[in-house]
This record gives sequence, C-alpha cells and structure tokens, in this order.
Amino acid sequence: MPKINMPKSTPSIDMTPMVDLAFLLVTFFMLSANFRSNDIVQVDTPSSISDKAIPENVIMVSVDKGGRVFFGISGNESVKTNLLANMASKYKMQFTNEQVKAFTSLTNFGCTMQELPGFLNLSAEERKEFVSEGKTAGIPSDSTNNQLKDWIYYGNVEALAAGEVAYLAALDKGLKAEVNEFKPKFVLKVDGKAVYLYAKQVIDVFRDLNLNNLNFVTSLEQDPRTTL
Amino acid sequence: MAEIADSGGGHDKGGKKRPKKGSTKVDMTPLVDLAFLLLTFFVLTSTFSKPKVMSLVYPAKPKDIPEGEIPKVNNAVTFLLSDDRIFYYEGAFYPAGNGAGKPATELLETDFGSQGVRKLLTNLNRFVLEKKAGLDEERKRNPIEDSVYLRKVKEFKGDIQALKVLIKTDDKATCKNFIDLIDELKIADIGVIAPVDMMASELELVKAKTGK
Repeated sequence: MPKINMPKSTPSIDMTPMVDLAFLLVTFFMLSANFRSNDIVQVDTPSSISDKAIPENVIMVSVDKGGRVFFGISGNESVKTNLLANMASKYKMQFTNEQVKAFTSLTNFGCTMQELPGFLNLSAEERKEFVSEGKTAGIPSDSTNNQLKDWIYYGNVEALAAGEVAYLAALDKGLKAEVNEFKPKFVLKVDGKAVYLYAKQVIDVFRDLNLNNLNFVTSLEQDPRTTL
Repeated sequence: MAEIADSGGGHDKGGKKRPKKGSTKVDMTPLVDLAFLLLTFFVLTSTFSKPKVMSLVYPAKPKDIPEGEIPKVNNAVTFLLSDDRIFYYEGAFYPAGNGAGKPATELLETDFGSQGVRKLLTNLNRFVLEKKAGLDEERKRNPIEDSVYLRKVKEFKGDIQALKVLIKTDDKATCKNFIDLIDELKIADIGVIAPVDMMASELELVKAKTGK
C-alpha cells in the first residue's frame, strides 16, 4: 500500500485578508463611535420623531426610574468651580481643593448638599455604587427643601456668564455669532418608566425660575409621515 | 584592545557573501489578535443612536389664578393620561349637575396606536393639516423659501380654528405616556400644547374608568 506523504512543514494560513478586514472594522467603529458618556445613572429615554441634536451648552436634569433627581452642567472647569463655590456659600459649607477638583470632573451627580462632600471623596466606581445601591435619594426638589432650584439658578447664572465670554470672544474673532447659541439650554432626561409626577416636580422647578423652554431627551424613531 | 570584526576579506570559501534564503513571511497572528482586541473594545464602548431632544415650551406660570376657574378655550381637546391609558373629551368640561344646564362630560378612551390617537388628532386638526397640504402642493409648483414656508405653517398652527390640546396627567401616568402623546401631537402639527393640572372632578371620572 502506498504511504500518504504528509507535508513536513507546519500548515500555515495567509492571515493578511483577515488583518485587512479586522482593521477595516476597527477603523469603522473608531470613526463612527461616540462614547458612552459616564453618566452616573442609567436612564432609558422614550423615543420621539424629533431629530434635533442635543445642544452643546446644557443644564441637564435627569430623573431615573425611581424618581431620583440628578443634576449635570456642561462647560469648563471654571463654570463648575464657581457653581460649587456659590452653592457652598449658600449652604454654609466648605469644600477642600480635592473635592472641588472631583466636582469639576463629574458629568452629573445626585445627592443632597449635606451628602456632597462624602460623595466627592469617593472614587468614580464607588460613586456609581453609591447611586445604584440607593444610598442617596437624589437632589431634593420639594418645596420644603428645594436644592434643585438653587443648583439650576446658580448653574444658569454661571453658564450665562461663561456664554457671554464665549460670545464676545467669537465676535472678536469676527465670527458671526448668534447670542442664543451661547445661552444654556435646559434639558430634561426622564426615564420612560418613571411616574410623570416626578418629572412634573422638576418641570415646576424650572417654571418657578421662569425657564419655560424645556427639551426632553429622546431616542430617534421613524416619523410615520415620511413612510406614508 | 578593540577587536575589529573581520569578515574574512574574501578568505571565506565561495568568496561572495549570500543573504540567507529564509522565507519573507511575517507571522500575522499577533497583529490579528491586536486588531480583534481593538475591534471588541470599540464595539462594546460605542453607542450608535445619538440622543436627540424634543423641545416643549411651557406656558409661563400665571402669577395667581383663582381656584376652580376654567380658562375658556375654543376648539380644544383635553387628554387625560393614566397608567398607559389615554382618555379625552372635546371642548370645555362640565361636571355632573352643572349650572349651565349642559350634559355632564363623559370621557372617551383611545389608545397610543396609529388607529387610535393619531387618527383622532388627524381628524380634529383637519384645518391645519389641510392648509399645510395645500401649501405643500403650491410649493411644488412654485418653490418658496424655507423661512416663508415655516412662518406660514406657524400661522396655521396659531389660527383660531387650529386645534389646541390640553394634557392632564394623574399620579399613575408615566413619562413614556406623556412623551408619546407629545410626539403624536407633533406628528399631527398641533401648535398649542398645554400640560396642566388635573381637576378633582376629572380625576374622579378617570378613577371610575380605570377602576382604581
């Protein structure tokens, strides 16, 4: 019987097309990705047909499934530092430099002023646990202790000041600047399963401050008018 | 003393130095590993649907309204939301045994589907939708500028004959219900949307309907 001659060298496959493909996909995902923001709380927003993108300069109030309120503000370090300083003097509290630094790095947070120093001492992971384990009830927004109102009020003041600086800088550069684009927009991010009363409480806080133009964060869905 | 590497200077046999005849293939496996690692990372960390915003302008808070006084509105429909259910009535609200001698308002139920609230709104807001359709037709024949078009649509929406919508929620309605309804109103080109508080007499009717 003839013997089958096995090839002596190790079998090798040409990997080049595979590498090509893999890098193609890597490039695609790299370019198309917008990273998951490091929000402290998971909020499942409802969907709507609106295709307006989220504005740049926002004060965002999130309401999670259980009705806890979280506050976030966009902008640079000085906006957040000033905001915290204003809040600290209003509530007669002291923050260390480390705590202020931690505050400026937050996207959003949700705890009472009294809990805030302890909250800022935690690491990023511990903060998420702090929220997910329900150790805080969020920012109080009821009429007896309306801390949310103060956050929004001072946040608005600081964001307006920063927006004015940016507006003047844009004018100096000779750009065509629209004043309204530099004003902060008020965004509500509510969980679809949250009871509307919680959202209403937050909306009422905005309306008390005479901020009536609100934006709800939604995910995009197909407009039925275009399919007809 | 430093040694000088001597290549032999032609003393080797054969004379010429030949390059080694190994294969030029590079092992691609680590490269593939790396590529797929990166791929996995990007797939897991990226989110595709960029969040959008839906703007809603609330009416300014009135300084002081007398309790129980109902503002008179023409051509309005009121939606009452409760725990994934949606009720509505047209026109003003008349409680049972009212002084005006009108029959008591009854709540009608609809749903969030395309045959429910969307059909209802398309019917009720015929005025604006027909005007808008007419404008679209005209625009096809002789194009007008976008800003003019938008202004005209806004005019239609603000017309006295256009439908106005009031939204009232009870304590069991979810945010999804609310935003879904607002979405339907935007689809139906409703110009005036007012989320307002529910009156006690309305709440009773809703409770009777939901049985809670």
